[in-house]
Amino acid sequence: MPELGDEGLMYPPELLYTKDHEWIRVDESIGTIGITDYAQQQLGDIVFVELPKPGDHVTAKETFGTVESVKAVSEVYSPVTGEIVAVNSKLQDAPEKINADPHGNAWLIRVRLADHHEIEALMTAEQYQAYLKEEAGH
Amino acid sequence: MELHFGANGVATQVKVALKRTALNAAHNAAGAKMVEFGGWEMPVEYSGIMQEHLAVRTRAGLFDVSHMGEIELRGRQALSLLQYITSNDASRLKVCQAQYSALMYPSGSVVDDCVVHRLGEDHFFLCVNAANTDKDFDWIVEHNSFDADVRNVSSDYSQLALQGPRAADILAKVTDTDLAALKYYWVCRATCCGVEGWLARTGYTGEDGFEFYFPPTESEPVWEKLLAAGKPEGLIPAGLGARNTLRLEAAYPLYGHELDEETTLLEAGLGWICKFDKEDFIGREALLAQKQHGIRKKLVGLEMAGRGIARDAYPVWIDNRVVGRVSSGSYAPYLKKNIGLAYVPPEYAETGREIQVEIRGSRVAARLAPLPFYKRSRA
Repeated sequence: MPELGDEGLMYPPELLYTKDHEWIRVDESIGTIGITDYAQQQLGDIVFVELPKPGDHVTAKETFGTVESVKAVSEVYSPVTGEIVAVNSKLQDAPEKINADPHGNAWLIRVRLADHHEIEALMTAEQYQAYLKEEAGH
Repeated sequence: MELHFGANGVATQVKVALKRTALNAAHNAAGAKMVEFGGWEMPVEYSGIMQEHLAVRTRAGLFDVSHMGEIELRGRQALSLLQYITSNDASRLKVCQAQYSALMYPSGSVVDDCVVHRLGEDHFFLCVNAANTDKDFDWIVEHNSFDADVRNVSSDYSQLALQGPRAADILAKVTDTDLAALKYYWVCRATCCGVEGWLARTGYTGEDGFEFYFPPTESEPVWEKLLAAGKPEGLIPAGLGARNTLRLEAAYPLYGHELDEETTLLEAGLGWICKFDKEDFIGREALLAQKQHGIRKKLVGLEMAGRGIARDAYPVWIDNRVVGRVSSGSYAPYLKKNIGLAYVPPEYAETGREIQVEIRGSRVAARLAPLPFYKRSRA
């Protein structure tokens, strides 16, 4: 568990978050998607990534790829619906980048959003941190 | 993100009623990630499985394995009881010697695998799997028509495993026991960190190392002193995650994966602990029959050739059909390959054979590899 103290800036405010621990950064019609710092910490050392190809379609709340650590397999769900315009191919040979920089260089895919309204259902950084705190309380 | 743990017998949710070792607070203070394992709340990792695994292969790691069960057999008929319920020949043990063995079912499958330590002429000390301890104890008592004194002494002992090429150097700083005289699979009464207990040169990592059984009340000081003593050598605490990947590289079986009530010792490649020339033991007849008529499946090693990690229970394909399943699979941190153990029909079991492992609906190329995957070079 990351320390969810008063620092407040652990989760970048420019990203939006899902309850499944993915994030998306929306620049006009393009959304960049990755997994959160909490997700990478829960997984531990990441050793394998399987991602779709550019041109493939993803659907909100449906799985589009797999991230595996030494001990666990984790499916990744798309926060939005749309067409994949880019895949972070550097991760194939260096999946450990996700542990090091989950909210930055280790993004997974870029998607052209089909429906901009979908992002309204996602959490802000503040809401996501509150959600993590609540989850930890259980 | 949806996590699927359980692949290595490790779950994420820590329930309330779990048993805790005497070092539970120390693990939490060290920032360990705690998980359920065999009814216990145990540390799965501290600094990370990769780092801990590599520390054990190149320097040393310290494991709290106090969840393991201990059962004592004493009395003039203790040996007779042990000979009847286990497959290995305990009569060959000298006092202070240990052996790997198995508690047997009549079918030739195993109740549990264990390490038998002969602490005295009529005194045997079994180290058994945590989740099986009660089952083992009940089984032994049920078959004790020998008037041996059988006791479950699990709560009398903490158990620490100090493993790695620097383990002996580190332990020498906190004990006066002559470690050079303590050979592999021997045990002695020893004082370590000022605490008296049983010190065995055993382990489950494929490295040189020691396991120390001592009173639980002394757990924290022993743990802290060992870590402090080993700091210059690079000793770090290691969790069950690394313990699993280390034993997999060394191709040691894990109960519930390679061993269960459906699998015989011969099928698991453990013929070397079946001693048919000793007196009768439970399962002997079934094993002899299988030796004559052949085994139904065989434990093999596999290495992934295509992209993907073999995980427990994934189907194994040969000649366009499913012929078996992966029993343990993981990324191997020291070998830097994706490896696994699997059961396949014996006619397919030759090393080098091209196979496929089904991973999330796709068949990925792999080949059968010789076991063990990793063997340390002995000085």
